[in-house]
Amino acid sequence: MELFFIFIGAVLVNNFVLVRFLGLCPFMGVSKQTETALGMGAATTFVMVVTAAITWLLQWFVLEPFNLPFLQTPIFILVIAAMVQLVEMFLRKTSPNLYRALGIFLPLITTNCAVLGFSLIAVQSAYSFIQSLIFGLGAGVGFTLALVLMAGIREELKFADVPKPLAGTGIAFIIAGLLSLAFSGFAGLV
Amino acid sequence: MSTTLVSLISMGMVGSVLAAGLVYASKKFAVETDPTADEIEEVLPGANCGACGYAGCRAFAEAAADGKAPVDGCPVGGVTVAKLVAQILGVEAVEGTHRKVAQVLCKGGRAEAKLHAEWIGPRDCRVAQNTQNGSFKACSYGCLGLGTCVAACPFDAMYMDENGLPVVIEEKCTGCGMCVRACPRDIIVLAEEPQGVHIRCRSLALGKDVRGVCSVGCIACRRCEKECPVNAITVEDNLARIDYDKCINCRRCVAVCPMNTIEYQEGKPVLKKKRAS
Repeated sequence: MELFFIFIGAVLVNNFVLVRFLGLCPFMGVSKQTETALGMGAATTFVMVVTAAITWLLQWFVLEPFNLPFLQTPIFILVIAAMVQLVEMFLRKTSPNLYRALGIFLPLITTNCAVLGFSLIAVQSAYSFIQSLIFGLGAGVGFTLALVLMAGIREELKFADVPKPLAGTGIAFIIAGLLSLAFSGFAGLV
Repeated sequence: MSTTLVSLISMGMVGSVLAAGLVYASKKFAVETDPTADEIEEVLPGANCGACGYAGCRAFAEAAADGKAPVDGCPVGGVTVAKLVAQILGVEAVEGTHRKVAQVLCKGGRAEAKLHAEWIGPRDCRVAQNTQNGSFKACSYGCLGLGTCVAACPFDAMYMDENGLPVVIEEKCTGCGMCVRACPRDIIVLAEEPQGVHIRCRSLALGKDVRGVCSVGCIACRRCEKECPVNAITVEDNLARIDYDKCINCRRCVAVCPMNTIEYQEGKPVLKKKRAS
């Protein structure tokens, strides 16, 4: 039951994009089409789950025993970068179209603060291995949810009569704000 | 052990393990790309404009590497790029690398052609043409001179001269055809170099009427038609037309044209094609 709460907490209550405001760059950048948003979300989720496993091992078997807390950030970034490379190679081989559609945002997962943020939070909360994995999965699913919601709205927006000065990114920012407001309604759920 | 040493070792170990994993993954997920295509892509302009008919420079490079696309298929890169592509493919040089250049087929600017009125609407030929048929200009075939073609040119290869006519800067023109599509009166055509003889008039009006509105329009006197040694010029519907495929650039028509409608313009030298064995 506790795992379920961690999951729901990461997806809805403390959604990484809409509540914690992490990973906003791909949130605005890759949310024009549902399909690419889903691909981006899946790639990020994968990176998050694998990173969760590796960073947990590193944190409790390398950093803690040897008393190296200051190495936390560089070593986590190293892991994330390697995982992103892996995903990039994998996508390039299996789905060139998605690879092209994601473009620069795929390598940019490396510097996606949502990924680093969640691994640091997982360590801070002293989650167990399984809990960390579920937390990573939740963070990824929450990220995907935010991206797909945004992409769906933006697709519909193409047919809407948006006032000229707001068309494009302007209205997207306003919608992001409203979405975030809506998600604040989940506060206190868990 | 000092902290520095421990951190160095642990960081190094983590890095090496991840690197080893990535090396393995890169072998496993290696995507085969054609090295020839990569090389060709390097020399292309990289604008992904699609003027070659392929979806971007990469697609053209792949097609050229497969021999499906001609080496001179990139109209933007022109002769320079064609040479480089030919070099990469081991083809010596290129025949028929006829660069296409836009030609404005109207000489009736403010000094030559009559105006019924001054146009004070938006500076867009299409607006003038679609609202009043461009009737502020006496000649209903000639250039309206509002610069829509100049605005359409993505390469800054055109400008309006003080006489109100568009001028093509030949060195910059890539033959993309944007101006041709922009002109509502179909005055601009793409002509392959080295064709230098151009009949700069599109008027189908009777000779008498042309004379009434323009001092440089074609009056269909047929002198050029008679003078041409290779029958490249035919007069039809009150307008002399030139067949660029037949013209040999002898320029005899230029000399006899009483209205100075026919012009000769020096083209750029052209590469000759020879396939290496």
